[in-house]
Amino acid sequence: MNKLTIAGKTFNSRLFTGTGKFNSLELMEESLLNSGSELVTVALKRVDTRSVSDDIVSRLNHDQFSLLPNTSGVRTAEEAIFASELAREALETNWIKLEIHPDPKYLMPDPIETLKAAEELVNRGFIVLPYIHADPVLCKRLEEVGTAAVMPLGSPIGSNKGLKTEDFLQIIIEQAEVPVVVDAGIGAPSHAARAMELGADAVLVNTAIAVSDDPVSMGMAFKLAVEAGRIAYESRLGRALDTAQASSPLTSFLEE
Amino acid sequence: MTFYDHIAQLSWDELGASIYAKSKSDVELALSKESCDLEDFKALVSPAAEPYLEEMARISQLKTQKRFGKTIQLYIPMYLSNECQNICTYCGFSLDVKIPRKTLSDQEIVKEAETIKQMGYDHVLIVTGEANKEVGTDYFKNAIRLLKPYFSHISLEVQPLYRNEYQELIQEGLNTVLVYQETYHEKNYKLHHPKGKKSNFRFRVETHDRLGKAGIHKMGLGVLIGLEDWRIDSVFNATHLQYLERTYWKTKYSVSFPRLRPCAGGNSVKSAISDRQLVQLICAYRLFNEELELSMSTRESASFRDNIIKLGITSISADSKTDPGGYANPKENLEQFEIDDKRDTKEFSKVIEEQGYEPVFKDWDLGLQ
Repeated sequence: MNKLTIAGKTFNSRLFTGTGKFNSLELMEESLLNSGSELVTVALKRVDTRSVSDDIVSRLNHDQFSLLPNTSGVRTAEEAIFASELAREALETNWIKLEIHPDPKYLMPDPIETLKAAEELVNRGFIVLPYIHADPVLCKRLEEVGTAAVMPLGSPIGSNKGLKTEDFLQIIIEQAEVPVVVDAGIGAPSHAARAMELGADAVLVNTAIAVSDDPVSMGMAFKLAVEAGRIAYESRLGRALDTAQASSPLTSFLEE
Repeated sequence: MTFYDHIAQLSWDELGASIYAKSKSDVELALSKESCDLEDFKALVSPAAEPYLEEMARISQLKTQKRFGKTIQLYIPMYLSNECQNICTYCGFSLDVKIPRKTLSDQEIVKEAETIKQMGYDHVLIVTGEANKEVGTDYFKNAIRLLKPYFSHISLEVQPLYRNEYQELIQEGLNTVLVYQETYHEKNYKLHHPKGKKSNFRFRVETHDRLGKAGIHKMGLGVLIGLEDWRIDSVFNATHLQYLERTYWKTKYSVSFPRLRPCAGGNSVKSAISDRQLVQLICAYRLFNEELELSMSTRESASFRDNIIKLGITSISADSKTDPGGYANPKENLEQFEIDDKRDTKEFSKVIEEQGYEPVFKDWDLGLQ
C-alpha cells in the first residue's frame, strides 16, 4: 500500500479520525490507538485553551497521533481565521481543518466563506484542509488558493448514510491535484472501503466509531476496511458489469 | 411577519381536538418514518402514543446518540437578582411574594464566578427576575464582562429585551438566550401574568424573532408544563420551533421541560404531567427533531434525571442554587423554586459516567464568536 503524503508529511494510515462523541476519554484514546489512525481532528471548542494540560489533548499525546484542530462552531470566514489563530497558538500546529457551517442543524459547509478563509489562512502559513460539499468546481478553486487537501462530504455529518455524493466524489478524485479525503457521513466500514476503492486518498470517520457499542473493535474494523479498499484501488479493481459476457457476439465474425 | 402573525391563524381548541383525535395508526406511521413532521409530533404527544413509550424511547436514544454521541453537556445557573416587577401566579420571585430581595454587586458576582469555576463549570446561565431598573441591559453587559474571564459559554435567562439590546449583549460575548413562553394560550396567559411587563403576551411571543434578527447563536424555548394543557402547549411550542428554524436558519435551538414546582408563592397546576408522560414528551421532541438540544434542570428528582440521561436529553444542570449569591454564600434563603436533585457535581458526574456517558464541561470557546 502506498503511503500518503500531505504537505510534506507522510502517513502510514489512510484513516483519519475524530475525537468527539465517545463515552469517555479513555475509550477515545484506546479506540484511536487501535484504529492505527495518525491524524486526529479535535474541535477547538472542546479544548481548554486557558489550561496548560487539557484533558482531551493530553489523551492524544502519543507519537502515533498528529493533531488536526478544527474550527467547528464558526459561521463566517472572519471567525474561522480567528479560531485558527487560537488553535495554532493553543495546540502548536499550523494544520487546520477548516469547517464553516452557518447552519447548525445539518452542519452544511458554506462554500463562499470557506474559499475566502482558505485563501487567507494559506497566506498566513497554515496547512489548510477544508471541509466542503462534494463540489468539483469548489475543489479546484480551493486547490488554486493553495489548500493542502480537500475534504468533500459523503453525506451530512453524523448521518451514517454513506457515499450519497458518490458521482461527484468520482469527478473530484479524477480531477484532483491534491489529496482527497472523504469526510462526513461514513457510517460503516463498507462505506470507507468504497471511498478508498474509488480512489480517495483517505477518509475521516468519527460517529460510526465513537457511537458503536465497541469503539475499540470498530476502530480496527475501519482500519482494515480502509486498507482493503486502498489495496483494491492500487491493484486496479475491475469494473462491475451488469451481464455475464462469455462470448463476443458482436465482433466474433472478425475471427471467422 | 413574526410568530405572532403565524399563530393568529391557529385555534387552541381546534389544535387540541386534532391532537386528541390521533389514533394508534397515526402513531405507528410516525414511528415508521425517518423524519417526522408536525402531524407526527401531534400523534407522538397524544394519548394514543402512550402504549408505544418503550419504542419511542428506543428510537430517541439511537437518534440522540447518533447526533450528540455518548456525551452530556453540563451547565449551571447563576442567579444574579430576585427583584421582579411582575406578578406571576406560579413563581417564587413574583412581586407579591414577601421575600427579601437581592441584586448581586460586582464583587458578589465575581465571588460567585470563582466558586462555580472551582466546581468545574465552564458553561454558565445568568438568571434574574424582571426588574428593568435594577437589572437591565447595562447590568447584564457588566455582568458578562465580569464573567467572561471565567467561562467559555454564557447564556441568559432574563426578561425579554429589544433587538438592539440583544445585539449589544452579543457583542459582549453572550451566546445563548432562553425565553420560555410559559403558555401559548393567549387568553389564559393574561390570567397567569396579571401585572408587569410580562403580561404582554405579544411582546413575549415575539422575543425569539427579535433574537433571530439580532443574530444570536442559540436560543431556547419551552412552556411551563402544568399551566395549561401540556399537549396543546407543546404542539404550539414545536410549531414555534419549526417556524424559527426555517426563518433564522443560522441559529441553534434548545427546548427545556420545566414542570411547575412548589415555591413561596404557591402555584396553580392545571394540567399535571406524569413522569411517564414527560418521558413521552421528551422522546416526541427527539423523534420530531434530531438536531435539537434537549435540556433538563435540577427541578426534577435524582432518579428521574439519572434515567432520562439515556433517553434524549443532551444538556443538564447540576448542583444548582436558585437564590442570588447562593454558591458563595449558601446560608441565605431567597429561592425562586425548590430544587429536587441536590447532589453535588462530582457525585452527579459519576452517575453520568456510570450510565455510559461522558460529562462534558466545555463545548464552546468565546474565540469562536
